[in-house]
Amino acid sequence: MFDSLDKLALGFITGVIFGFLLQKGRAAKFEVIVNQFLFRDWTVVKIMGTAVVIGSIGVYALIEAQFATFHVKPLLWGGILAGAICFGIGMAVFGYCPGTSVAACGEGRRDAMIGVLGMLMGASVYVFTFSYLEPLINGLGDWGKVTLPEVTKTSPWWWIGTLTVGGAMFWLYDWLRSKRSALPSQHDHSAVLHPRP
Amino acid sequence: MTNLLAKKSWSPYLVGLLIGILSWFAFATVDRPLGITTAFEHTAALSAKTANPAFEDQSKYFAAKREKGEKPIIGWEWMLVIGVFIGAYTSSIMSGDRDKISIPPLWQKRFGPSIAKRWTAAFLSAALMMFGARLAQGCTSGHGISGTLQLAVSSWIFISLAFAVAIATAFLMYGREGVRHV
Repeated sequence: MFDSLDKLALGFITGVIFGFLLQKGRAAKFEVIVNQFLFRDWTVVKIMGTAVVIGSIGVYALIEAQFATFHVKPLLWGGILAGAICFGIGMAVFGYCPGTSVAACGEGRRDAMIGVLGMLMGASVYVFTFSYLEPLINGLGDWGKVTLPEVTKTSPWWWIGTLTVGGAMFWLYDWLRSKRSALPSQHDHSAVLHPRP
Repeated sequence: MTNLLAKKSWSPYLVGLLIGILSWFAFATVDRPLGITTAFEHTAALSAKTANPAFEDQSKYFAAKREKGEKPIIGWEWMLVIGVFIGAYTSSIMSGDRDKISIPPLWQKRFGPSIAKRWTAAFLSAALMMFGARLAQGCTSGHGISGTLQLAVSSWIFISLAFAVAIATAFLMYGREGVRHV
């Protein structure tokens, strides 16, 4: 029923830092997330992209040094495709993702609190209808817990290097552009466009 | 330091860097990926079990979990979600960036000031989002960050398709022009 106490404590500490960062990154805001999907605000992509590049370097190093193991989700085509479609529609209408909606509750946002109740309902529907969902999830084939380096028979460091170079180029482009448009920085710009009450 | 903690926003690159390092911490300390929606699924399963103890033996859900040697618990993931709430609360209190709104302004511009409308949409869309996340076994954190950084094929497909669908939905809802005029 419960994890050990040290695991519970570590989960809490990790969560506090995660929530703190999501709020400081302005990712707990409806406007920031919806405007990302409308290509008006690139905050979400910048946060996620940097986290993936930095994360991949350390996590692959930890796994190669045998301090950690892989936790890859299986490529169950039915579950992944149907899940992504439901998830995309839901996230665009809701304006928060699961993690950022919990952070948005911490920020005081009422609509996110209603959404968290909705998420509990969504999870319940999944648990109760699982016997009907299983054929859908497993129905289109299972490629197993595969990674891009495994599928392509290449070194993971080739992929991580490519991601790092790509991320660095995006950052450089963004930095040069913000220097050129000296006047209102991108941040102030979005604040002007979307004033908060 | 206090100054930095009291700031309303940090550079998204700095935040991303620190979340990346946080994922090392999660892998190194408990060997688990950052993820949010597992805790919601386990809460739902444990509630069902508490309400009806027979559910554990009868349901296909628990049978499938047993097959994989897993069971729903109040664990690391659960405390992670509690922590996210506390962390975001602390951050917003320190900076004064509190937003006790019922309707986001962008929504109100497009769909009007009805709280009932926004809250109904929020409840149902969040339920659909969570349902999708459990079908795919991950969300923006579990697939979008933790899975993609492990270079998992399932996660790259999930997050690409989910964001493509979200972009299409957002343009259908707000339209290119509507957004220009906000």
